[in-house]
Amino acid sequence: MSDHLFVGKSIPRTIEADKVTGKAVYIDDMKRPGMLYGKILYSRYAHARIKSIDTSRAKKLAGVRAVLTGRDIPDARVGFLKDQTVLKKDVVRQFRDEVAAVAAISPEIAAEAVDLIEVEYEELPAVFDPFEAMKEEAPLVHEVDARGRPVKSNMLPLPWKFEAGDIEQGRKDSAFVVTDNVSTTWVNQCCMGTSGCIAEFDTSNNLTLYNQTNVIFGHIGRITEYFSQIGLKGKKIRVVNAIVGGSFGTKLDTDIYEFISIQLALKTRKPVKILFDREEEFQALPPRQPAVFTIEQGCDRDGRLTFRKCEAILDNGAYTSWGATTPSVMIMPMSSLYRVPNVFFKATCVYTNNIYCQAMRGYGNPQATFAVETSMDTLAEAAGIDPLEFRMINRNHPGDETPMRLKITSCGFEECINAVKEKLKWDEKKGKQKGRGLGMASLIHVAGGARVTRSDGHGMVVKVDEYGHVDVIESGTDQGQGSPTVITQIVAEALGVRPEDVFLTFGDTALALWDAGTHASRHTFMAGNAAVRACAKAKKQILDMAVEHMAKIIKGGFKRKKRKDPDFVEPDLDYGLIADPENLDIRDRMVFPKKDPDHPYFRIPVSQVLREGLLGSGESKVVVAEAFYDPPTEMLDREFKGNLSQTYAFGASGVEVEVDEKTGEVKILNLVAAHDVGKAMNPTLLLGQIYGAAYTGVGYGLTEEIKVVNGRVMNPSFRDYQMLTAMDVVPIEPVIVEPMDEDGPYGAKGVGEPGLVPTAPAIANAVYDAIGVRITDLPITPEKVLAALKEKG
Amino acid sequence: MKKVSVSFTLNGYPVTAEVPVTWSLLKTLREDFELTGAKEGCGVGECGACTVIVDGDAVNSCLYPVFEAEGKSVMTIEGIAGEDGTLHPIQTAFLENNGVQCGYCTSGMIMSAKALLDQNPDPAENDIRTNIAGNFCRCTGYVQIVEAIEMAARKME
Repeated sequence: MSDHLFVGKSIPRTIEADKVTGKAVYIDDMKRPGMLYGKILYSRYAHARIKSIDTSRAKKLAGVRAVLTGRDIPDARVGFLKDQTVLKKDVVRQFRDEVAAVAAISPEIAAEAVDLIEVEYEELPAVFDPFEAMKEEAPLVHEVDARGRPVKSNMLPLPWKFEAGDIEQGRKDSAFVVTDNVSTTWVNQCCMGTSGCIAEFDTSNNLTLYNQTNVIFGHIGRITEYFSQIGLKGKKIRVVNAIVGGSFGTKLDTDIYEFISIQLALKTRKPVKILFDREEEFQALPPRQPAVFTIEQGCDRDGRLTFRKCEAILDNGAYTSWGATTPSVMIMPMSSLYRVPNVFFKATCVYTNNIYCQAMRGYGNPQATFAVETSMDTLAEAAGIDPLEFRMINRNHPGDETPMRLKITSCGFEECINAVKEKLKWDEKKGKQKGRGLGMASLIHVAGGARVTRSDGHGMVVKVDEYGHVDVIESGTDQGQGSPTVITQIVAEALGVRPEDVFLTFGDTALALWDAGTHASRHTFMAGNAAVRACAKAKKQILDMAVEHMAKIIKGGFKRKKRKDPDFVEPDLDYGLIADPENLDIRDRMVFPKKDPDHPYFRIPVSQVLREGLLGSGESKVVVAEAFYDPPTEMLDREFKGNLSQTYAFGASGVEVEVDEKTGEVKILNLVAAHDVGKAMNPTLLLGQIYGAAYTGVGYGLTEEIKVVNGRVMNPSFRDYQMLTAMDVVPIEPVIVEPMDEDGPYGAKGVGEPGLVPTAPAIANAVYDAIGVRITDLPITPEKVLAALKEKG
Repeated sequence: MKKVSVSFTLNGYPVTAEVPVTWSLLKTLREDFELTGAKEGCGVGECGACTVIVDGDAVNSCLYPVFEAEGKSVMTIEGIAGEDGTLHPIQTAFLENNGVQCGYCTSGMIMSAKALLDQNPDPAENDIRTNIAGNFCRCTGYVQIVEAIEMAARKME
């Protein structure tokens, strides 16, 4: 494997040079001829009846081209449970409810017009706590469901219940049992580029949506469904992505502002752009799903887990996006992080008049892992076993099948735990320092796709021209993770060209083959496998050409030589060496016989073969190949069991903290992030994923929180939100474990999300080691630390 | 709206903008000059995505009234590569050391770094971190950005 020219090398991100020169075009920078600017009016109440809307003053403002309310557009329902309309006509259920929208010739005029819209509300009783919302007497957030049937409770009709083995038996087998209550809060994805899109209809009402989604075909599906409800059935929808200014889950669903831009474009017959400002991004963008867990675990005298039982309550907010589906991912760590034979997990999503939630890096895994890893520590303590040793006893092994029926193949879990032990000097320091402490936590995550839709496929087209330039039409999205470079490395390696010969086109549904979306840490694995397959086909086409033309090219060279030098004698060559494509290969732009790669005559530039083959007379030829890679995985069945990913990532984070008992401040002295990545395709880029995810995990653990008071976001700015800055120095020591995955492209597995998952629980466990109090409610703010210390006395 | 005429040097060339008096330098650069490298990440001077260099100092151009630029020298990300397109060492270092991921903060980050290195060619890690404290990044955790600036400083020696 060591003879790879490009795979496994830290190739610079030269293919993305436009990002360092200001040339990269983000949605902010895109303009279309005649484009208008859309702006949304949001609710002033968390729950209210709309009595009247007066748009007359807004409509009269010079420069305004359209003002829409819920009465102006069809009542089509959208969203995962179809529990909302695009503009709210009768009732608002949260502060971010979209009540009206304006399109105008400038963003300033649009904003001014929105201020001129007068809405009269009648306030309704609201509920902001999921536990209150579950009570019988609680006000109903929705009085009817999507089909208009009366609703009796705020609890969503979602089936999140997982059972494997026998909990009671597990309890009987236990020598030690612990119960913990833990909770996590809302955090914002904080993409540096805010949400935005441009909707544009052609004369025949076909839509082009300029966007920044990571699921281009998911958008097509959702908008197609919307179109069928608003009289545009059968119209063509094309999604074209701009460069994406960060995603982290925010671009997984089709959000309400996108439907609004479509409605404004339809009304005005002009392209309409909606771009959120930062305050809007904090208030109107669905954040990470919060959750409250009660988790009970047991183990036997030897420290082997006997059962795990967990119930979770999720504040769903007023409507339903992907946040309500995070339990489907929580089931993975709940059932499969460590060997545990008996598992029960139940999650209840409850409507409230708070903001609603969606995906964020790791989906439900960081929340659930915080619960599991808090419990692992308390159980280890109850059993009198070192928490690292306790995890080692219960670690997953290659070849395991978990209670969820995940089939563990490559698994570098043991190496990751050992790395934490060694790098943190665990045995020397654990439990032995005053005011300082060590903690650890681990992770399992999908790393070979995730079959959450019937197809988990990924399509790619590879086209080679007569100069040896390779166009790759990629169906995934680069959100900053570095895919353009990694895919380029794989294509160059697999096809036998150089990275500078490869040109990528991302994110255009009119060109790309289908893809399930760039989510679930799947891009390198899926696009890599598609690339290897597409390139094998394209290479075969080139080698067929080589067989047809090489002898001619070589003999032509001899003829020219002879004309120049009459004494030249044509060598007697065995052309049988280049008569079979099976006997030829391409590497580093050269075609050559496999048996004799350095043959003095039979080693020629691939571009020569391509020019002869593609531009020659007679039948026209192309070198173009497609591949659609869909791994042999399973969708989860009704019991939420099945091998939904082709392989799984493992990792462990170890943290050393110092806690200031006077201020309550937690300082991270060292963060060891050990990750089983299969194979590091580009070590420098891989480190970027680990650092970035770990930092976001530190924010999740220590500082970040959307403060929602009575449904209203109280800190909608970077200053008040407390995302980490460059001054928050977190010394991170990454450890790369490479077990080589047999199904991964060149051995690689996904790594985009894992780094975030174990970070916060590792910090919480380290804080406990340092000061003897356990914070079970994220984030671990100085206020909480001081309060806990005070309570301890 | 009342317009203002502002003359300044932009990436080495003398320019004049006739724009509404309320416009920021950022808005003028993006709308009038179509230099869209500087970004509006927050619009209130908190995130640094709009950073440009005015008379040698890094500023948040979203807060900088355009009329304040009169007679000054403004440099943006579009102006730091060589005339032949050769990338500035900071740009190269960001590509080589993965200092760029989604890229949205990158223009501002590089301009802050350039203002620093122009004034202090041999900064300590803490100088670099202090200097980019007002440039937010969600992708990288800043580690490889700080390293890239250190690499660039070494190259520029």
